[in-house]
Amino acid sequence: MKINSPLEAYKFLPATNCGECGEATCMAFAAHLIDRSHKLTDCKPILEEKFKKKYEELDALLAPEIREVEIGVGDKIAKIGGDDVLYRHKLTFFNQTQFAYDVTDSMDEKDLVERVNYIQDFKKFYVGNFLTVDMIAVRCTSKDPAKFAAAVKKVIETTDLPIILCSFDPAVLKAGLEASKGRNPLLYAANKDNWKEVGELALEYDVPVTLFAPDDLDMLKTLAKTFAAMGTEKLVLDPGTYPTGKQLKKTFTNFIKVRRAGIDGDREIAYPIMAVPFTAWMAHDDPVSASYWETVVASVFTIKYGDIMILHSTEPYAMLPELHIRDTIYTDPRKPVTVDPGMYKVGEPTADSPVLVTTNFALTYYTVESDIASNKIDCFLWAIDTDGIGVEAAVAGGQLTAEKIKKGIEESGFDLKKDTTHNTVVIPGLAARLQGDVEDATGANVMVGPADSGRIPGWMEKNWPPQKK
Amino acid sequence: MTKKMKLSQLSDMLQDLNVESLEGVTIEGDIELNITGGGGLNPALAYAIGSEISQISLHMANIGRILGFPAEQLFASAFGMAEAPQAGQLPTSPKIQELLASKFEVAKVDNWKNPIQEVTLGATSGDGGSRKSTVTIGGENALPYYFDAEMPHRNYVTMDVFDMPIGMAKAVKGNYEDVINDPAEWAKKVVRDFNADMVTIHLISTDPLINDTPAKEAAKVVEDVLQAVDVPIVIGGSGNPEKDPEVLEKAAEVAEGERVLLASASLNLDYERIAKAAMDYGHNVLSWTQLEINAQKELNRKLMKQCNVPRERIVMDPTTAALGYGLDYAYTNMERIRLAGLMGDDELTFPMSSGTTNAWGAREAWMVSSPLNQDSDWGPREYRGPIWEIVTGLALSLAGNDMFMMMHPTSVQVLKEITQTLYGSIESEEIDITNWIGAEV
Repeated sequence: MKINSPLEAYKFLPATNCGECGEATCMAFAAHLIDRSHKLTDCKPILEEKFKKKYEELDALLAPEIREVEIGVGDKIAKIGGDDVLYRHKLTFFNQTQFAYDVTDSMDEKDLVERVNYIQDFKKFYVGNFLTVDMIAVRCTSKDPAKFAAAVKKVIETTDLPIILCSFDPAVLKAGLEASKGRNPLLYAANKDNWKEVGELALEYDVPVTLFAPDDLDMLKTLAKTFAAMGTEKLVLDPGTYPTGKQLKKTFTNFIKVRRAGIDGDREIAYPIMAVPFTAWMAHDDPVSASYWETVVASVFTIKYGDIMILHSTEPYAMLPELHIRDTIYTDPRKPVTVDPGMYKVGEPTADSPVLVTTNFALTYYTVESDIASNKIDCFLWAIDTDGIGVEAAVAGGQLTAEKIKKGIEESGFDLKKDTTHNTVVIPGLAARLQGDVEDATGANVMVGPADSGRIPGWMEKNWPPQKK
Repeated sequence: MTKKMKLSQLSDMLQDLNVESLEGVTIEGDIELNITGGGGLNPALAYAIGSEISQISLHMANIGRILGFPAEQLFASAFGMAEAPQAGQLPTSPKIQELLASKFEVAKVDNWKNPIQEVTLGATSGDGGSRKSTVTIGGENALPYYFDAEMPHRNYVTMDVFDMPIGMAKAVKGNYEDVINDPAEWAKKVVRDFNADMVTIHLISTDPLINDTPAKEAAKVVEDVLQAVDVPIVIGGSGNPEKDPEVLEKAAEVAEGERVLLASASLNLDYERIAKAAMDYGHNVLSWTQLEINAQKELNRKLMKQCNVPRERIVMDPTTAALGYGLDYAYTNMERIRLAGLMGDDELTFPMSSGTTNAWGAREAWMVSSPLNQDSDWGPREYRGPIWEIVTGLALSLAGNDMFMMMHPTSVQVLKEITQTLYGSIESEEIDITNWIGAEV
């Protein structure tokens, strides 16, 4: 993005404050353009003919530094690239790394279908959603265009996931393209030897194409420049993923360099990057070691700028950490993750069960909840609305106060005197200083729990039920 | 293929015309004809060539028609004999015959001017201790493993030892069953068998809610561990804010001169006592805060200004959350701390330590199977656990973490392998990936 203040974007907007975009003012809308939470097309008036020039100018200014490339079609279409920053806290990373798992055209049909189904069905529940993987990479190991076409055909019959066609032989790629017409596959790959033919295929079939120049950034940039001149910017860059030793260190350096140059404004190389952790299997014979090392390499390049990658291991102990490290890096750091404030029952609480208070910061809440639940303690647990801030910071910052605790308990229709036998609230150890205030505000007994919810079981043993006064 | 055919046909034709040589006439590419010559072209020859080229193009056009291309329309439009159909015409993009050379260049970061503080852990006999060797961390001038500046020290791993048997994930426990009641033997085992660079002795039995072991008694365990191994050590309390200052004071006393790392000073306990113990007995302080960069600044400032701890005796622990359980905060918190330090914030230019063992708190690391039946099979936990610890540590190594407190031997081995590979000290056989697609896997 070439501009970084709402004022600069505002200059191009109609300035009518019409509110059609959902924001009260054009200035507010401009701020959302800068943090990329609105698209320019959300502004209907600017799409009118009279604003055409301003629209085009602003659109160009707002374009992300790294080009966005689409692979596949329909619901499962995948977007890669589109980043504007080198560190996630500076904004957020967009378009999470796409994970493609390989099949080959030498597999027998039953194994191929089974593997594709396993890949497309793999899922892991996490914070209200399922984490899933994204693509199938079809490798030509037979060297036979007809065999390759048959494998591609089988894959697209089996899944709607986007596919990557992998061969350095243009004849094989052409056969694959014919077999997957209308599916917008990613071609892998053009290199210094086949670029002319592969480039023509990419143009003819209008599909994205990967440029492969192992450990040669001059060649990589040369290919990218040439393809742009040929007429396509739907490019993905593969600087080569070497699996071990000094070669892997060099690979790491290459990824950093390519992305830094792109973010710094070198348009010739500002494309999404592909990593191929698959190559770990060329360095390890034992499948557990290979899976482990592949996961390690995949993690490095999920964190450092890989936008798409080709993987082999479909062991859960490889896929689960891969999915989670991707979620870690691509979670938008600007949004504090919260749970709905209110009362939660853990286990089967009765009137004798304790009433515990925590914050609605999701991480805090889920930690406390799982610490209690896994120790089979029945209780009422309140998530007090602290704007998603943790206990310690919320006490210091005034988001967790006696009034907030009182309000939180009352609003859920709970009456400490009637609904419990003990009229007692347990506050977090890190909120100990609120004890007196909470007693005054609620009229209840207030006990101070441990600073770490991991210690609740020990604390309960010693302190619950409370001594009658 | 097409090129060959044209050339042979052309020479056949020239033979008929009794032309003996064809100097200055070359045919390049698939349709390009390049005619050069000394003093102009013989009109007869030019006519003959023109005729043949037309023949060739007709022949080619026929092939085109066989392949389904409406060649006659092309001819018609080219010679103005008919209107060319507008629809279906491809945009003419320039045919590119040669790569357009471009040189890759990228600048080094110019605002990383402030080096990270170097901190040495452990003291040899020459320095008043009894360690065989020391460990130095920090000193970076760039993000870890970046090409902008050489990274002066590799990452180090200190392995956990506890002063009493504790609950552990099954995959971890199997490695320590023989030493679980003997911290000294435990310490020996992690150094001898598991390649630990350092040992952390956690005095958790001192917690009033656990065994309430007196500080003096706990200090004996520290002495035993110092006797058992000759690597630098870290001494951890139980995390109880009331008891820890006393426990760490006694431990610091018995370890006098060994330059251990006292874990930890934090804002919710009497950090002054811990800092003073470190100063009195020649140790380092771990400055521990909970995922809050401003709290980290505050504590570091207090240690330096209020407690007079020299810069070369401070290591930070900004808190490690497990993969899937807040690692995004831990990662970004560390990355921000390191970047702020490199760019000149002197309250944050300290090496960092991670309690990577926390990864074992994630249910994915230790549960037999997913508690949710919609989930795909989680596979064997003995492989899931170590990789959870590895990926947690690896992510933080990329955020700038220097030292890792870890638990599982496999995790230690693999984390060392990858961090030292990125650091540049691992040699391995070169692998040719140019044809990776065809690899038999």
